[in-house]
Amino acid sequence: MSHSHQRRLPVWALRTNGGAVLLFLYAPIILLVILSFSASRIPGQWGGFTTEWYATLFDDSRLQRTISVSVRVALVSTLIATVLGTMAALALERFTFRGRRVFDALLYLPIIIPDVTMAVMMLMFFSQSFNVVDAVFGLGISKGFGTIVVSHVAFNIAFVSVVVRARIAGMNATLEQAASDLYASRWQAFRYVTLPLIAPGVFGGALLALTLSLDDVVVTQFVAGPGSTTLPVYVFSLIRKGVTPTINSVSVIMLVASLILVAGSVALQRANASRGRQQLQTSGGTS
Amino acid sequence: MKLGAAELKREREERRRGFFLALPSFAYMLLFFALPLVIVLIYSFATRTSTGSTALSDWNLDAYRKLGEPIVRNVVVRSVVLAVITTVICLVVAYPFAWFCAHQRPTVRNVLLIAVMIPFWTNFLVRNYAWRILLSKGGPISTFTEAIGLGEVDILFTKTAVVIGLVYAYLPFMILPLYASIDRLDRRLIEAGRDLYGSGPQTFRRIILPLTMPGVIAGSILVFVPSMGAYVTPELLGGGKETMLGSYIVTQFLTARNWPVGASLSFVLMTVMLISTVIYFRSGGRNL
Amino acid sequence: MRTTTLRLAGVAVAGAMILAACGGDSSSDDAAAEEPAAEETAAEETAAEETAAEETGSKCATGQVDGDLYLYNWSEYIDPELKTAFEEQYGVAVIEDNYDSNEAMQPIVAAGNSGYDVIVPSDYMVSIMIEEGSLQALQLDAIPNMANLDPVFYPAPYDPTGEYTAAYQWGTTGLGVDLTVLGDDTPRTWGLVFDPELSANFGGNITLLNDPRETIGAALKYLGYSLNTTSMEELDEAKALVADAVARIAAFDSDQYDELLVSGQTQLAHGYSGNMLYGIYEAENPDDYTYFVPDEGGTIWTDNMALPFDAPHPCTAHTFINFILDAENGAALTNWNLYGSPNAASEPFIDAEVLENEIVYPADRSKLEFITNTGDFETNFSDAFSEAKG
Repeated sequence: MSHSHQRRLPVWALRTNGGAVLLFLYAPIILLVILSFSASRIPGQWGGFTTEWYATLFDDSRLQRTISVSVRVALVSTLIATVLGTMAALALERFTFRGRRVFDALLYLPIIIPDVTMAVMMLMFFSQSFNVVDAVFGLGISKGFGTIVVSHVAFNIAFVSVVVRARIAGMNATLEQAASDLYASRWQAFRYVTLPLIAPGVFGGALLALTLSLDDVVVTQFVAGPGSTTLPVYVFSLIRKGVTPTINSVSVIMLVASLILVAGSVALQRANASRGRQQLQTSGGTS
Repeated sequence: MKLGAAELKREREERRRGFFLALPSFAYMLLFFALPLVIVLIYSFATRTSTGSTALSDWNLDAYRKLGEPIVRNVVVRSVVLAVITTVICLVVAYPFAWFCAHQRPTVRNVLLIAVMIPFWTNFLVRNYAWRILLSKGGPISTFTEAIGLGEVDILFTKTAVVIGLVYAYLPFMILPLYASIDRLDRRLIEAGRDLYGSGPQTFRRIILPLTMPGVIAGSILVFVPSMGAYVTPELLGGGKETMLGSYIVTQFLTARNWPVGASLSFVLMTVMLISTVIYFRSGGRNL
Repeated sequence: MRTTTLRLAGVAVAGAMILAACGGDSSSDDAAAEEPAAEETAAEETAAEETAAEETGSKCATGQVDGDLYLYNWSEYIDPELKTAFEEQYGVAVIEDNYDSNEAMQPIVAAGNSGYDVIVPSDYMVSIMIEEGSLQALQLDAIPNMANLDPVFYPAPYDPTGEYTAAYQWGTTGLGVDLTVLGDDTPRTWGLVFDPELSANFGGNITLLNDPRETIGAALKYLGYSLNTTSMEELDEAKALVADAVARIAAFDSDQYDELLVSGQTQLAHGYSGNMLYGIYEAENPDDYTYFVPDEGGTIWTDNMALPFDAPHPCTAHTFINFILDAENGAALTNWNLYGSPNAASEPFIDAEVLENEIVYPADRSKLEFITNTGDFETNFSDAFSEAKG
């Protein structure tokens, strides 16, 4: 199928571009890996090989705590945002309903809003609403894991829905309609036809959400509670004393962890490959 | 066409379904985004006190008046120029890359996409500092260009460095939506286009580009808008000399402690962006 | 705790409730992971204490603790061994979070419910927070070590009654110089930055702090004015100087100036004394670098321990402040941070190397000035700085 295209398109140009993009993306990462083994505390200088920074990393319970908070926040908020964002994208692309335009506009705002503005407004919102909750129900609640997740979901829904909508927009709906006539329930039509069709968009959106959540500093800094900061916030606060090589080693660990995760999921995909192929064939084979 | 009673009922049913599908995220966004946003709106009409807090009693438009000052205009112009350059570079680089990804076997495709994201699971601050080292005098890039006889490269703390940093930061935002829309292209349409127009560029311009326009638009927005609001990259790679809108807003909130101005600036920015996004989408939609 | 929350959440209509309650729960969970048994009771005690404190103004005795210490501090600003010592001595945990600027910390504390017991704001921020009612008056009889503070810092001009804060560390803002450029007798003047001829020696390899009050302040000092001026003319003059300097400098940088200097990327760096000294220690040839406050004068600053108005564990907080103000502990702080100690009693315990270092303890402090809050004039500083940068 794809061979006929590659024959006509300048494959070497695509490959060169692909290689260049990957080199561009990984150049700083390679540098990080190298510097994480450098004995010099001065960034960018090679002071001989050492694993000292990894040793300090394993001793630093605070660093470990922030990493754990980061990962948990990222996973939970990505899950929620992906489900809600995909639903929003489907609703906006496939249906008309009251308030659609308002919702459409509202969903763009988190992309447009400057980080610091969102940070300030979430801080004020949580402190005000907690006061209300405290006054009405007598519940002294405080900021923490929950408020970070709530805030991350609030901006991630928008990013997920944009990516998913790019997938759905203009996609032929007849297939889904035919399916909904065929299958007994709408759920089945969604599960076996729509979802496989939009899956790449959902996957892309989830990746974006995960990344944004793992990287957010400003919003998290303002909505985190005592002892619940994430890794980026911790790193950000460290810069006043300069980026110590320990931070490089953290990045490398995160990198290795995600590589292992990815390798695992690819292996899983392989295992499911034959089953997936059969499903695609029965569902019409548009791809 | 007149709708029969059954069709009317079906349509009402569809509307209801759409509404319930949207409800959870809609409610979430209203509660956890729109409501907090009202607070910012209120602040934009308030007054900075002598201690830098915000007095909610004295309402005025001072904060909005301040946006007419030349410094704000400078910052806006610089931001737009840098953001446009960033978006164009991202688009030109990402389109063939997304195309390349979309034409691989599913496994390879997913590996490639994840390979694009993995660098961003490190830490953005650390990545920016790494770029600082890469671009610095006598840094790796400079050493390389000198070795191959191109001379020294000294671009750290310039606009070029800012653009490189922004392209780096937002390239995946372009790749993902582009990939999503290229991947669902109907191959038969392209074949038909080839038969019709013969040449590759013609097919691209008349068939492929219009069909992938939603991805182009979504990607452009996802790159352009955050570039305008970028804060850390222009500060670190531009050496604090290339103030962009994002940094200026941060300055208002966290240095001048002038929340009303920060809020009003954010609001004007958001309104302008929202309107231009809608227009952009409409014009993009017409091309379909 | 969780079941009650959930039941109430069921009653509540707002979704905010549910998620917010989750927030409360999970943060407890976090801490509970470290100390499963103590956590719940501690949280309840806290609530009880808070009400008690509000109603009767509960008294803290010296050395009394009422829960773990939540410390909100600048990063790497306390010797980890001091934290451990405090934990062991009083049987409580120290949970530390960091901020990178006063302006980021202040709104978080002022909004209430921050959950922190001790914060460490700088001088001008102390006066702002006192005025806004964000700080709690200290119970001085619970902090006998307050007497150890040098009279210069107690009471301090930004806390004239000495009721709210105890100084933590102090330092200056000045210039770090690569001596290979102009030699050992490099003139100690802000002219290195602002005089076009003098600054040309550095060939553009200069960084200035990315901070309106510090950088405009340096220009004001060069011109012989107060860095707390409220005269628009003086400010405009200073702005013109900075604008003129922009073309001659590499970057405005508040974080990495010391590393850029000692790695040879720059040759002149505007920055804080302790960071600069730390960078110089790391350099390959430390003798090639020095730091001084120019003869025209510069900034002196302090960071100060204080209690947020709603500190959940006020007694632990008082005990911690008293602990830090101990003579030997104060010295340990300075030996680790390389910033000056406001603790007069600490002097015998401070390393001679640090005590005799002119970078940490400049001989002539007569021309040093605190940055103060200039009130409504404050925005003019940041505007001038933005405009100077272009």
